[in-house]
Amino acid sequence: MTTQVDDELWSAIGDPSRRRVLDLLVSHGAVSASWLAGQVPFSRQAVSKHLVVLEEVGLVSRRKQGREVLYLVEADRLDQATRAMADLAAQWDRRLAAVKRLAETAHAEGSDPPR
Amino acid sequence: MADLMIEREVLIEAPAEVVWRIVTEPDQMTKWFADRVELVVEPGAHGYMHFGDQGGPVVVETVDPPARFSFRWNHPREEEPEAGNSMLVEFTLTPEGTERTLLRVTESGHELRDWPAAEKQRYASEHQEGWGVFLDRLAGVPAVRQPG
Repeated sequence: MTTQVDDELWSAIGDPSRRRVLDLLVSHGAVSASWLAGQVPFSRQAVSKHLVVLEEVGLVSRRKQGREVLYLVEADRLDQATRAMADLAAQWDRRLAAVKRLAETAHAEGSDPPR
Repeated sequence: MADLMIEREVLIEAPAEVVWRIVTEPDQMTKWFADRVELVVEPGAHGYMHFGDQGGPVVVETVDPPARFSFRWNHPREEEPEAGNSMLVEFTLTPEGTERTLLRVTESGHELRDWPAAEKQRYASEHQEGWGVFLDRLAGVPAVRQPG
């Protein structure tokens, strides 16, 4: 089958608002939920829900700093997700290269695609 | 509209009709895609792709020769594939003159269900580059980007 992007992971990053949260965590390091809420066009509650989902799939972890809870990206897990996506892209590149070869051969021979 | 997408393309020195046949005919698909393809290329048709001793069901969505072909797969075995539980694979063939075709494939994932349209629009316009830039930074993968 295709490279299996683990379903939960895919669905966790398939949501653009969650990707936005992740992107902010990647570029800003450990930050609080309220800080995140100030950066995005959705509510603090939505941010919290997204953080829960991201934590569940292991993309994000939390740590306490004084009275604040800070969230940060789990680099290994993110790397794993990124690699899965890259593998999928590479797999399509190989398939498209094969289609190109087959189509160009068929066309050059001026015949129907070979059986 | 799906939200997470892999998009790849290739320029082929052949007319779209030739490319179409390679992409959609089960006899041809076994040369570049699956080991065995059970598929009727009609909208709504259920088929099966074999990859070695693995494989999975597919359901054809769009058949618009020689321009668009799409199917859904990777849905839970007992469920009908639909937006939200499956991946959509879509091929788009764009003629460039009479002898060349740009073949684009996209594979897109689960769609957003609980996000108001206005917010989606706003997000899209504000953060068009978000995911692509994010992944580029992490792994130098220019392949993955948001549609639109």
